[in-house]
Amino acid sequence: MAKSIEYDVLSSSKKKDQDTNEKWGLAEESEYFANKVKLYRQDKLNADEFRRFRLQNGAYGSRLNSEFSMIRIKVPGGDITPSQMEKIASLSESFSIGSAHVSTRQNIQLHWVQLEDVSEVFRGLAEVGLTSREACGNTIRNVMCSHFAGVCPNEPFDTTPHAKAIARFFLRNPICQNLPRKFKFNFSCCAEHGYVRIADVGLVPTIKDGIRGFRIYLGGGLGAASFIGHLLEEFTPESRLLSTSIATIRLYDRLGNRENLARNRMRYLVSEIGWEKFQELLLKERILVEATISIPTKTTFDGFLRSSSKAGDLAINQSTLNSRGKKLPVINSGSSNSPYDRWLNTNVVAQKQPGLYSAYITLGAGDITANQLRVLAECLREFSMEKKARTTPQQNFLIRYIKADQLPKIYNRLSGIGLGNPGANTIVSTVGCSGTTSCNLAITNSHRLAKEIQSKFLELNIDTDHDFVDSTIKISGCPNSCGQHEVATIGFYGGASRIGTSMVPIYTMLFAGSTGESGELGKAVMRVPSKKVIDVVMKIIEIYKKEKTNGEKLNEWIHKVSVGSGTNGVKNMEDMKKILSPIIELPPLTSAPEFYKDYGNDTNFVAKTARGECAA
Amino acid sequence: MCSLSKPLRQKIDRTKTINKPAKKPSLPPLNNICDIDTLRTLIKKNKVRIVDVRKKEDYLKGHIKTAVSLPLAELLANDDPESIIAILNKLGISENIPVVIYDDTFGALASRVAWSFKFVGHENVALLEVTYDTWRKLGLEIERKSNKYPKTSHPLKVDYSIFADAEYIEKAQNDKNKIIIDSRERLNFLTEHIPNSKNIPYTMLRSENSILRSPLELKRFIENRGIDSNNEIITYCGSVGTLSGLTFFALKTAGLSNVKLYPKSFKEWKSLGKPKTEFKDATYWDLSAE
Repeated sequence: MAKSIEYDVLSSSKKKDQDTNEKWGLAEESEYFANKVKLYRQDKLNADEFRRFRLQNGAYGSRLNSEFSMIRIKVPGGDITPSQMEKIASLSESFSIGSAHVSTRQNIQLHWVQLEDVSEVFRGLAEVGLTSREACGNTIRNVMCSHFAGVCPNEPFDTTPHAKAIARFFLRNPICQNLPRKFKFNFSCCAEHGYVRIADVGLVPTIKDGIRGFRIYLGGGLGAASFIGHLLEEFTPESRLLSTSIATIRLYDRLGNRENLARNRMRYLVSEIGWEKFQELLLKERILVEATISIPTKTTFDGFLRSSSKAGDLAINQSTLNSRGKKLPVINSGSSNSPYDRWLNTNVVAQKQPGLYSAYITLGAGDITANQLRVLAECLREFSMEKKARTTPQQNFLIRYIKADQLPKIYNRLSGIGLGNPGANTIVSTVGCSGTTSCNLAITNSHRLAKEIQSKFLELNIDTDHDFVDSTIKISGCPNSCGQHEVATIGFYGGASRIGTSMVPIYTMLFAGSTGESGELGKAVMRVPSKKVIDVVMKIIEIYKKEKTNGEKLNEWIHKVSVGSGTNGVKNMEDMKKILSPIIELPPLTSAPEFYKDYGNDTNFVAKTARGECAA
Repeated sequence: MCSLSKPLRQKIDRTKTINKPAKKPSLPPLNNICDIDTLRTLIKKNKVRIVDVRKKEDYLKGHIKTAVSLPLAELLANDDPESIIAILNKLGISENIPVVIYDDTFGALASRVAWSFKFVGHENVALLEVTYDTWRKLGLEIERKSNKYPKTSHPLKVDYSIFADAEYIEKAQNDKNKIIIDSRERLNFLTEHIPNSKNIPYTMLRSENSILRSPLELKRFIENRGIDSNNEIITYCGSVGTLSGLTFFALKTAGLSNVKLYPKSFKEWKSLGKPKTEFKDATYWDLSAE
């Protein structure tokens, strides 16, 4: 019989960081899941009950095929280690499709996993400390944290420990196992980099009179109806982070809508009773929480906070950090357009630590193969002083703590396996949810469209043009906003429309959404057939190039147009529509049938969806 | 290449010391998979026929000590039972000698050959637990000289209990006790497959350093799938029964007794115009980052 064999000689770098992984997953939950699947298959567990259980554990049903699941692996704070990446790589090869997918909420998803194999994936995840528990369902979803937290030049302090402590405190916590609906936290590093206005709880760190604290925004969120979060109070000290969070969750749990699936997120509660009323109730609730919170509870949370801070400090050898700043690499070299310079200009960012840099891995709509994940893991061990990476809401990875002289080496390694694409902080890095590739709710193939746009932009060297820095394109396959189209410079969400006698995949285009503390929601412009989206985007770029004044960037110009302060030919959205209308005209079906089909599909378009599982 | 790690060196040394005094007359028959230690012992005792199923040119560059060459293509060119027996005889494989087979992929090519040997009645056959590449990296015995052994005359006892054809599959499709397993990768399965088949991609079967996971793990996998020893399993893959050959041996290793291979697989099924299940409601290929 074969023994299980382990040859160190064949895997030299493995298992070195295994023990430093934070422990989120529990091996016993895997077995428990396997047993539930058996009971369900033997009809001893009804479908609804099983579904709720499955979602609570992070496995979604796949598009129109109940045999398969999508497993959403939580990455708390977006923080991920090399051994975790390697495990995800091997799990994706064994049980999924050989690639993994970074989501806009910093999760990593494995698609098309046979339901009966889900427990095996859980088992593997727990081995490296990961879990998908409460990644779906009516619970606290993955706690997000800015990928720059800890390295952002504008941050007052690193919020990673706070994000991790909140994640740890609420994971498996009885007070949030059955909320009216899902609940999302987002921690920022500064006023610019977070997605704080579109979360149930968004937190921007700040220091007042020497005391650490936050500006907390409540009741934001994207969806069929989206809202921007409200500022709770000017300053919430760090010491009240836990009580404010508990109070919010308790209030929502008590008052949130449990009847109407379409209106049960906290943002609807806030909008229905009015912000002032909600704020008043919340502040009262917090007093109650603070009066009744037990010392052990408080100490537990403080302990989580301390240990996450320590873990962060340990990861980086502080003494090497303050070594004399190396000369800046040639950021903005301008003249040269070598692949390396293109990458350097748009993917490498200076950290607040002198002489250290962070580098983006630009993925296509968040997809990465098992082999790429393995190379990425090697790169982290070799080039990142913290030996970790962060997932980003733009569906990319960020490798941090790289010394200047290592940048060419890491670039060579990454580009050797197709991970060296430029354009991360420009419009090139297009976001696309999974769309019809796996989601029950999707109407269009937003995922493929995002990849098509990115390839087109790279082909046209759009990344080398400074005008497109900070602009974004984000695409969702339905109005539910997983692609976060409402906070994009140019956003799109999928739908279906009748043209003549045929159904056509179309996108509603939005302008001038933005993230950060002053984030705004985009405004709908017009509807564009799927196969005309690229033409429309190219036309917008052409008009912008003609109309822009004084070096304004694309996002600045689009914002101006969206508020009616454009100039010359394009003053407002109406002018824009007029110019774009001829572009979206479709040729007759008989002469150009491909315009009536969606990307990735050679059959006629039908808008097919099934019940969503976002709400358990 | 790499140098040997300490635990492995100990493992090898231990094997050496065990070998000298041991002089047991007969070894137990091989059981589907053969570990490194066992094979090295067998080589030293000169009690094994090792079959290298890689391309001839790769064999000539170096192979496991004492191995003979049988490129998979040679077997597939003519794989009726009589031709397979002729091959056994040519390679000098007699009825009782243990046969260990290896390849340079992940055991799939070796599996197809091993299954064929079993099919014509040579029961004492196993896959080497590692690929040639791993064997070489571990610094174990290799050589360049071509090996030839005296011709044998192996009896022909075809074992139809491990064989399935299209007709058999058709009958099994609606039999609850018979489970048809598609061994191809997930996206290929989703695209089209034999109706009522289940997908166990070959990628599920291997571990990091071995062509098959431990029997315990494999057993758990199939238990998760609701498969038990009362079930009859028929495996198939894309074209010639290599990936499904590996599944055949994985399931045997996991303790299932009644496993059959459909060697002509999906390629023949399609060419016969048999019905397929296609899944067109999702654009899953666009998720692949390749």
